[in-house]
Amino acid sequence: MSDSRGGNGSTVRPGRAGLIRVLTGGALLALTAGCNRGILDPVGPIAAQEKQLLINSTAIMLAIIIPTMIATVAFAWWFRRGNSKATYRPDWEYSGAVEIVVWSIPALTIMLLGGITWIASHNLEPSKPLKSSVPPLKVEVVSLDWKWLFIYPDQGVATVNQLVVPAGTPISFRLTSATVWNSFFVPQMGTMIYTMPRMTTRLNLQADRQGVYDGLSTHFSGDGFPGMQFKVQALPADQLAMWAQDSRGTGTALDAQGYAELSKPTSYVKPMTYGTVAPGLFDAIVNDRVQQLQRLPAVAPPNQNSAVSTGG
Amino acid sequence: MFGKLTWDAIPFNQPIPLITSLVILAAILGIALWVWRKGWWPYLWNEYITSTDHKRIGVMYIVLALLMLVRGFADAIMMRAQQSLAIGASQGFLPPEHYNQIFSAHGTIMIFFVAMPFVIGFMNFVVPLQLGVRDVAFPTMNNVSFWLSASGALLINLSLFIGEFARTGWLGFPPLSEKAFSPGVGVDYYLVALQVSGVGTVLTAVNFVTTILKTRAPGMSYMRMPIFCWTALASNLIMLAAFPVLTVVLAQLMLDRFLGFHFFTNDGGGNSMLYMNLIWVWGHPEVYILVLPAFGIYSEVAATFSGKPLFGYRSMVFATMAICIISYCVWLHHFFTMGAGANLNAVFGIASMIIGIPTGVKIYNWLFTLYGGRVRFTVPVYYLIGFMLTFVVGGLTGVLLAIPPIDFVVHNSLFLVAHFHHVIIGGVVFALMAGYTYWFPKAFGFTLHEGLGKAVFWCWFIGFHLAFMPLYVLGFWGATRRMQHISDPTWAPWLNIAFVGAVIIGLGIVLTVVQLLYSIKTRDQRRDVTGDPWDGRTLEWLTLSPPPHYNFAVLPDVHGEEAYWLRKQTAIKQDQLIEEPDYQPIEMPVNTPTGVIVAFFASLCGFAIIWYIWWLAILGLIGAFAAFVWYAWRDEHEHIIPVEEVRANARERRRVRMEHLHSLSQST
Amino acid sequence: MTAGTEAPAIGLTHRASEDTGHGHRGPESKSIVVPYGFWLFVLSDMVLFSALFASYATLVGATDGGPTTSQLFDRNLVAIETIALLVSSFVCGLALITAKRANMAWTQFWLLLTGLLGLVFLSIEIYEFGTMIAEGAGPQRSAFLSAFFTLVGCHGLHVTAGLLWLGTMMAQILAKGFRQHIIRRLLCFSIFWHALDIIWVAIFTIVYLIGTLP
Repeated sequence: MSDSRGGNGSTVRPGRAGLIRVLTGGALLALTAGCNRGILDPVGPIAAQEKQLLINSTAIMLAIIIPTMIATVAFAWWFRRGNSKATYRPDWEYSGAVEIVVWSIPALTIMLLGGITWIASHNLEPSKPLKSSVPPLKVEVVSLDWKWLFIYPDQGVATVNQLVVPAGTPISFRLTSATVWNSFFVPQMGTMIYTMPRMTTRLNLQADRQGVYDGLSTHFSGDGFPGMQFKVQALPADQLAMWAQDSRGTGTALDAQGYAELSKPTSYVKPMTYGTVAPGLFDAIVNDRVQQLQRLPAVAPPNQNSAVSTGG
Repeated sequence: MFGKLTWDAIPFNQPIPLITSLVILAAILGIALWVWRKGWWPYLWNEYITSTDHKRIGVMYIVLALLMLVRGFADAIMMRAQQSLAIGASQGFLPPEHYNQIFSAHGTIMIFFVAMPFVIGFMNFVVPLQLGVRDVAFPTMNNVSFWLSASGALLINLSLFIGEFARTGWLGFPPLSEKAFSPGVGVDYYLVALQVSGVGTVLTAVNFVTTILKTRAPGMSYMRMPIFCWTALASNLIMLAAFPVLTVVLAQLMLDRFLGFHFFTNDGGGNSMLYMNLIWVWGHPEVYILVLPAFGIYSEVAATFSGKPLFGYRSMVFATMAICIISYCVWLHHFFTMGAGANLNAVFGIASMIIGIPTGVKIYNWLFTLYGGRVRFTVPVYYLIGFMLTFVVGGLTGVLLAIPPIDFVVHNSLFLVAHFHHVIIGGVVFALMAGYTYWFPKAFGFTLHEGLGKAVFWCWFIGFHLAFMPLYVLGFWGATRRMQHISDPTWAPWLNIAFVGAVIIGLGIVLTVVQLLYSIKTRDQRRDVTGDPWDGRTLEWLTLSPPPHYNFAVLPDVHGEEAYWLRKQTAIKQDQLIEEPDYQPIEMPVNTPTGVIVAFFASLCGFAIIWYIWWLAILGLIGAFAAFVWYAWRDEHEHIIPVEEVRANARERRRVRMEHLHSLSQST
Repeated sequence: MTAGTEAPAIGLTHRASEDTGHGHRGPESKSIVVPYGFWLFVLSDMVLFSALFASYATLVGATDGGPTTSQLFDRNLVAIETIALLVSSFVCGLALITAKRANMAWTQFWLLLTGLLGLVFLSIEIYEFGTMIAEGAGPQRSAFLSAFFTLVGCHGLHVTAGLLWLGTMMAQILAKGFRQHIIRRLLCFSIFWHALDIIWVAIFTIVYLIGTLP
């Protein structure tokens, strides 16, 4: 507790400073230790920066609020009515010095955090392409009721509730929704973004570590919402090309008819793959022109190197 | 003839709503019969239902809030139970169509029909007393406002046993809330109930802004107003400016649903982002409507129970008005993940943090109010300290959410859910419980049982932390909100801790009821004889408890900040009361059934709109208009309280005060 | 209450406290409090219209391939509507003057004229809406049209409510004469009516003028 010299401050005994350090460290430890999963276990550069930002901002603020909380308990206890050692100041209701300090502490903290916010918001803007020596993989994402469709326009295949990406390669997403709002989120890869019908959002992420990661929708979209979970598989880069090659031509075709079938309301859909995809399907979905897509021929999948046509 | 309404609307095949509805109906009938048998209906009608007395209206608001708290909490405990049970292979006991209604009802009820009425109830009861006047500026309109809120609450509860409720969350985002994706009546119940009660809220705002700015006791300049009145002013200014936006956006959604308009639809050029913007332009100021009066309550409690004035009064006033204004500049932080771009996101993020500055200043001013005081650890002070420890952590998580890239990974997660419950429970609910204990004796003439009150506090404090700290962890693990089913079994321990926390909160609510009943039963042991049980500093403590209908025999002359404290200290020093004034007869507004009649027709009209019974809707509108014209036609607006009665009450008060004064001088 | 004094706000029947020099004399009288409260309500109504304007501005281009502003609006009709409403406001002001002088005949005359001109405005508006709907440019056609009909229609609804209020006031004045509380209500009505004028000027400018720019 503070010593009996009143005034605007009180001397902090070494024990108290140590206590503060321990509490701050403990809080940070609790945040990061033992619970290294989800957003605290980033697998790519975006998620890693976001986690760092989270820890730094929390630490900055804890440094302010923990002493405040201690002071709250300390003042209330010391100045309890039964304590005759405390000086009663019934008329003390203003002090310029105290006012300057109490306005400055939050103001300075917020200025610091504000600067961090400006910089980080620009660095981590979802539509900003990632710096990389490798060209990005394009993925088009459509949220349906209640599953996720992933179209790989350059590979000519599509998957449902399963996203296959090459590790170490930036992924450039274009996203939309077929029906209602959803939100595409893979916690370990970082930033989520809304999917909205008739609109396209953009996102850039990367998984550096190979593995399987959980993905979900984070914007409530109706009765089948809990079933909108998917897995992200980060493969070595060359394996992705193999996977695409193997998938092409197999399974059903994702043309207007296939899409109509997929659009029927279902949930907890098992991962599946479409071996052929109508060119320009994503843009057709955005513009509500799917019906006008050509029926796909029975053979001849698109060339991997051809540019994405807008079809329709 | 009856629009869409058929017997299918009653949930005969759904046991939970069916049994709940039957139990509630039985309870209502039972209580109505009991009241009738006791002969209390005339009393209730004259003294409460048709009352234009701000004190009675305040009590009615709080009764409404407490009743709806039970419903809102029942929803909460069902959600917690479901999330503890529906893990992995199990689907729990609530299918999605039911669970989704429950979480939507939980949020809607808690914000609109618990927190708002509770806060408005306090402002009703306390503000005119603290301002040293007899009532609000528009007493009849005050009555109407209350009954419109009650009408909204009635409609929400009707959805439980006739039809269904919305399954879209408490804000009803389109396109999910459009006809195409929510064809049932649920969203319509939500929209109509909020529109009806929203009218009441705007009228309340007009009433209180006028009261605070234009009717105060002689000598009470702005800088002599109690801090609670300043926060009430700020809150009502926000209400005045924000609720019309809610009215518009809900009306637009109604037009989409009922008449096929295209504001937010997927086709026809509709723009669902517009809804997001408009609803949050209302939604963010809304939470400040709740929290500013809560801060006002803490200020009163801190000063009274420290035995010294609030530290930095002017600073607090400035901070309050700053929060009032800045609250309009932050709404985009609710949808950072919509892709507005770095500049917009950053600007709104920074604005959201700036609002933390005046809030932080307030915390420090309360801290320094305690400093140098003689703190009495009453139940309100428990809530004050509990708030100061809890709210700052909630504020920390709020600032984290205000940083867009952090929000990008925790938006809509259980981290978010934990944050807003943190600040609402730690900030608003604790204040409401503190205010309930603090002003209860003024309203009813006896204090609440202290020991039970402390038990209730611990239930809330411990229960809250157990219920919501695990959610922060799960949020980091990637858990999102509104999940009817959990696929990851490793989340189970945390969800179970959260469930235990909810049960403890439930225990707190039960104990609140027990405390009330027990306190009523043993009220003679805790009578508030003097009218000033806490050694208060503001004018409400000048009156006896409960105050007479007209509050003050003579409006008090205010000579400084803390008008009552100055007057009390002077009386103690001089060992005599202020000179007896010249009593006059007092004009007070008459009772009126306008409120309950208008609300009856509003409910009828609302119900009819929901079920497409157009002839009944028109009838309801005509009825409401007719009631209004009938009210406007009356010739007698006031009744006169004879001077003999005024004098007799005032002399009794003076006698009691003299006794109290003597006992004080003897003890010093 | 002695004759000649203002009706006080609640309960202040004895003489008001002397001014203590600290800027406040006690609760204001009803003749200040009632219009003040009504102004606050009008301000909240302005916020309501602001939200509708914001929606209109957002959606004005969302025509979904359907009719646009320049194809729909007839400046001549709008000019007549505007004049009707503005003159209506003017004669409403005249009614307030004659009411303060307790002149029943003239007051009722000016109020009737106010109402009739308001009806002219409404009739033209209903006609405009009717033709648009008949041409397939109804509010269900596109988001722009939804926003248009709602903004302009909301104003029209306010005018309708105002006319109902006006009718009620005319009947009340006839039945009860020029009592203080009735004058106060008339004052509130005129504030409302003038406010609707202000909103109309904004609508006229933003919707019709800007919408029919070459």
